[in-house]
Amino acid sequence: MANVLVNAPKTAKRGAVVEIKALILHPMETGFRSGTNGQFIPRNIVERFTATWNDAEIFSMDMSPAISANPFVSFFAVAAESGTIRLRWTGDQDFAVEEQVAIAVE
Amino acid sequence: MDRRRFLAGTAAIAVLPFDRASATPEAMAEAIKKVVGDSAVTEGRVRLDMPPLIENGNTVPVLVSVESPMTVADHVKAIHVFNEKNPQPNVFSARLSARNGKASVGTRIKLGDSQKIVAIAETSDGRFWSASADVIVTLAACLEEST
Amino acid sequence: MTALRVVAGLAIVFVASYAAAQSGADRRRSGYQDMGEALQKMQDDDTANPGMLFVQLGSQAWSKPAGAADKSCADCHGAAASMKGAAVRYPAIPKGADVPMDLEGRINLCRTENQKAERLPPESRELLALEAYVAHQSRGMPVAPPVDPRLGAFRDQGAEIYRRRQGQLNLSCAICHDDNAGKKLAGVTIPEAHPTGYPIYRLEWQGLGSLKRRLRNCLVGIRAEAYAYDAPEYVMLELFLMDRARGMTFEAPGVRP
Ligand code: HEC
Ligand code: HEC
Repeated sequence: MANVLVNAPKTAKRGAVVEIKALILHPMETGFRSGTNGQFIPRNIVERFTATWNDAEIFSMDMSPAISANPFVSFFAVAAESGTIRLRWTGDQDFAVEEQVAIAVE
Repeated sequence: MDRRRFLAGTAAIAVLPFDRASATPEAMAEAIKKVVGDSAVTEGRVRLDMPPLIENGNTVPVLVSVESPMTVADHVKAIHVFNEKNPQPNVFSARLSARNGKASVGTRIKLGDSQKIVAIAETSDGRFWSASADVIVTLAACLEEST
Repeated sequence: MTALRVVAGLAIVFVASYAAAQSGADRRRSGYQDMGEALQKMQDDDTANPGMLFVQLGSQAWSKPAGAADKSCADCHGAAASMKGAAVRYPAIPKGADVPMDLEGRINLCRTENQKAERLPPESRELLALEAYVAHQSRGMPVAPPVDPRLGAFRDQGAEIYRRRQGQLNLSCAICHDDNAGKKLAGVTIPEAHPTGYPIYRLEWQGLGSLKRRLRNCLVGIRAEAYAYDAPEYVMLELFLMDRARGMTFEAPGVRP
């Protein structure tokens, strides 16, 4: 089960600018560290975060190993119409997690 | 209490988030050049909010906001953040559009050491704007047993 | 009109006495108050506090059947709200036992006795998640150790350990956390060591950890040998620390540098 916390308003006035915040459980292993046995721990990061609103992309972020473990992202969006905000994280070792929230715009 | 001895002891077991390689101010300049090409970068319009003194470099809050009407005709297209001393100069690149309404992106980053951070915004007219911040990272005192 | 004035008068009295309690009688400071604004905000905002990811994991584990009994925590305890107040009371002596147990010990007792399942290993993700979920139910409550005379001897032993010099640096917990609290050590503010936020998300760990793990870090810091994970010393220390923090606000899951 995906471990994601999303904070977005459930309702908004048409045209309002709303904040969307998201947190995901992920080690963000840099690939620059060695483990207890002296071997390098292979890189394992989220490389890309994207957000769509009713399937139109509204925001994306390319991440590097310098993003902290359990990555947090916040951004804004104009509440244009009711629908679904879909957030997607993809990365090393076939990591792919999607989470969606509904928003009603009146 | 024997402060000096305690400090010497704890420094030895300090574990930084990175222990290989290191970006440099030159590597950062090069990474920035890759993004902006030959365009001029003007200081201003960008606000880079970071705590000046950081208790732990593993999770440092960063908020980049850009002054912009965020209309179809005039908006921020991208926000990039770079650093001098982590192994790689690129921290993140975010793509924005008029759909965002407000050009503000927050995240949290790792900093292996005190250093300069640079944020660059690209506006829809193809111009580049920047802000920078110097942050000081203090080290946690009591860490884990060194394994 | 008069009614309004009376209400206004009451409000002022309340604010004044609250302020007195804060500045006069009670000068204890949680580690939260020693953190910069950025980290305080991280703890306060439920979508920014990474500890909440583990609370969420815990809520999933809460209703997952386990062990030979094939029972979930929820099967016996219902909604987790039934756990409100548990975390601020522990360590305590469970019914039928004669030694105190910390919260994770109590959870593991339910694992073995009630679920007929294996103990969850110390610092394992599932144990921390369950502990975080249970502890979160008490967020905002005052720390309230039980009145149980049997606890006294264990607490006194905790106090003795707290004041005992140990390790190659020959320091006691008290030298740092009582005599030098608020001062800087290698740029870090020495906190008063109140166990009000556990389990915590420690940035240094990049993960959630228990009070035990925090105490082990301090022991290693003074070059003392950390007690084994199942040693009674941790429970004794926690009994002492919880009593010392009696009445302070419980914050789990806390964020610490
Ligand atoms: C040399 C000084 C020193 C000694 C001795 C020491 N500690 Fe600490 N302790 C610290 C520092 C510094 C921190 C905060 C760590 C940080 O932020 O990196 C801390 C943190 C803590 C915390 C966490 C408080 C919070 O807000 O979450 C507890 C609890 C604690 N110590 C208990 C103890 C106990 C019990 C002992 C004795 C076994 C002990 N410490 C010995 C320096 C010390
Ligand atoms: C078969 C029923 C059963 C199951 C399953 C069970 N428990 Fe319990 N639990 C009990 C009983 C009975 C008590 C003791 C209540 C008392 O002392 O009055 C208890 C007590 C507790 C307490 C102490 C509460 C307090 O206020 O002191 C905690 C914490 C707890 N359980 C957590 C859990 C967790 C977490 C799980 C799942 C991993 C779980 N329990 C599974 C029956 C169960």
